[in-house]
Amino acid sequence: MDVQTLTYLIVGFTFALYIGIAIWSRAGSTKEFYVAGGGVHPVMNGMATAADWMSAASFISLAGIVSFVGYDGSVYLMGWTGGYVLLALCMAPYLRKFGKFTVPDFIGDRYYSQAARTVAVICAIFICFTYIAGQMRGVGVVFSRFLEVDVETGVYIGMAVVFFYAVLGGMKGITYTQVAQYCVLIFAFMVPAIFISVMMTGHIIPQLGFGAELVDAAGNSTGVYLLDKLDGLSAELGFSQYTQGAKSTIDVFFITGALMFGTAGLPHVIVRFFTVPKVKDARVSAGWALVFIAIMYTTIPALAAFSRVNMIETINGPASTGVAYETAPEWIKNWEKTGLIAWDDKNADGKLYYAKGEHNEMKIDRDIMVLATPEIANLPAWVIALVAAGGLAAALSTSAGLLLVISTSVSHDLLKKNLMPDISDKKELLFARIAAALGIVLAGYFGIHPPGFVAAVVAIAFGLAAASLFPAIIMGIFSRTMNKEGAIAGMVTGLLFTAAYIIYFKFVNPADNNPANWFLEISPEGIGMLGMMINFAVAFMVSKVTRAVPQNVVDMVESIRFPRGSGEASGH
Amino acid sequence: MGFENNEKAAGYWRENLRLVLGLLAIWAAVSFGCGILLVDVLNQIHFMGFKLGFWFAQQGAMYVFVALIFVYVAKANALDKKYNVHED
Repeated sequence: MDVQTLTYLIVGFTFALYIGIAIWSRAGSTKEFYVAGGGVHPVMNGMATAADWMSAASFISLAGIVSFVGYDGSVYLMGWTGGYVLLALCMAPYLRKFGKFTVPDFIGDRYYSQAARTVAVICAIFICFTYIAGQMRGVGVVFSRFLEVDVETGVYIGMAVVFFYAVLGGMKGITYTQVAQYCVLIFAFMVPAIFISVMMTGHIIPQLGFGAELVDAAGNSTGVYLLDKLDGLSAELGFSQYTQGAKSTIDVFFITGALMFGTAGLPHVIVRFFTVPKVKDARVSAGWALVFIAIMYTTIPALAAFSRVNMIETINGPASTGVAYETAPEWIKNWEKTGLIAWDDKNADGKLYYAKGEHNEMKIDRDIMVLATPEIANLPAWVIALVAAGGLAAALSTSAGLLLVISTSVSHDLLKKNLMPDISDKKELLFARIAAALGIVLAGYFGIHPPGFVAAVVAIAFGLAAASLFPAIIMGIFSRTMNKEGAIAGMVTGLLFTAAYIIYFKFVNPADNNPANWFLEISPEGIGMLGMMINFAVAFMVSKVTRAVPQNVVDMVESIRFPRGSGEASGH
Repeated sequence: MGFENNEKAAGYWRENLRLVLGLLAIWAAVSFGCGILLVDVLNQIHFMGFKLGFWFAQQGAMYVFVALIFVYVAKANALDKKYNVHED
């Protein structure tokens, strides 16, 4: 069977599985719904959180980015795992004790203000829109390769599928579907990683193969460490050393920070910890989620290094002079059809050549690395099909979830609770659908005209979350004196400062987007951490000169600080 | 429902903050410290085929993060019992 047939089969099978589980667990769920505290086991909840969390950016794009930038890719690895430590230690238990469902609910109550709630809703919507734009690009890449269309058509198909998936509804809310999605996703990611690790280093565990010596075709050690080989190849072809990277230390510092604090401020992640039965469970759920995330995240850099060596050797050949186009491997021609690989024979010798600078003849989109790796390494066709299914599971679950957050934020938090309190249920639902449709269209636009690679687009959403929601939540828990004036001023300045900086360098004046023009050499991806500091500072100063917090709010802050007496989470 | 008296409440919160800040110090040390600020120094040391700083940035920090959360869970649950504010 060829790859395409296998892809249809495996993708079709996994979709049938998700739908089957959704139907099965919905049938049995009325009882679960009424039995207080009979919720999901923390390990299962952790697995579902991990599936929710690991998006197309993690699955499709991240290894590709790390593969192309080496050490600099560490910002994503540390940033997107380190945030969970903040979530578990500083937020999850207290927000669970607070006992409402959404982040705007917490901010509205804690800062006793409708205005604060509105600002939080706007931040949440803004963040989700940015985040989902990255997902669409990822879906487009998957469809373009496996349906053999260009990436634009891939994005259109993706938009249609996600819309259908989100409208099917409920899907997202059902933990067991996400458990299944995690299993598909992690299996699809680990199989090629293990294959390629064994092939290149003889180690079954990619994390160990990452630091091991390379082996030849017969399985004998060559005495050269993988990473030394990679540093050597990079130097030879004019790239910066793989284990050193090219970004300045201050930029690496700020991007990592923006991603960590942003993770802890993302509305759709925080929400997961509102719904576990107990405070104790909220704490340990975050731990299990990170275990399941770390399985993939520690494999990513290993896979990145393997596929980098593999790719360079396939294109440039063993003698590093290039491989003739006629004899070039099939994957290059397959991906050329999508427009994500292009070859420009500058010196007209009929050979492919990949390097940095003027001798380079290859344009390779980073987002294809994970999907192409099984092909580059000549793995069996079913592995290639499996990876496609995994990528789709990751992209679809996350975007459907985000769309639901967007549509409930717009229809419920913004319209019903704020602008039009008298709105009928029917109208509310209509606005929810319109919001979802708008979300998809906007996301599709940015999927076709991406302001960066998938993971980089998503990184911007984190900057916004770090600069707006994170400080407001932290101060709401750890400060008894932070008042509504301070919190609102902080959120507004943090969000505006960060968004303005990003929009200026990414959209208004992209030509200036280089370290020489950046403030303190901080790139738009990392500016969210500075925005967060500004938020804290502004909030502190404003709160000093405005009215004190009412006593009933001080009592509420006292009461969320210890676990006893936590009830079931409630809507309102 | 809550604490027996205000001193106990303040004591619980003080111990809780000490626990969280201690763990966050380790969190920052392995990521921002070993993985970023000290990476060039640590890269002089070789560790299982890796340069040590690079290993922290792409592997080590993540293993430590996982461990930190589970240490926190155990200690925070013990603290709740000590002050008798745990859930039933």
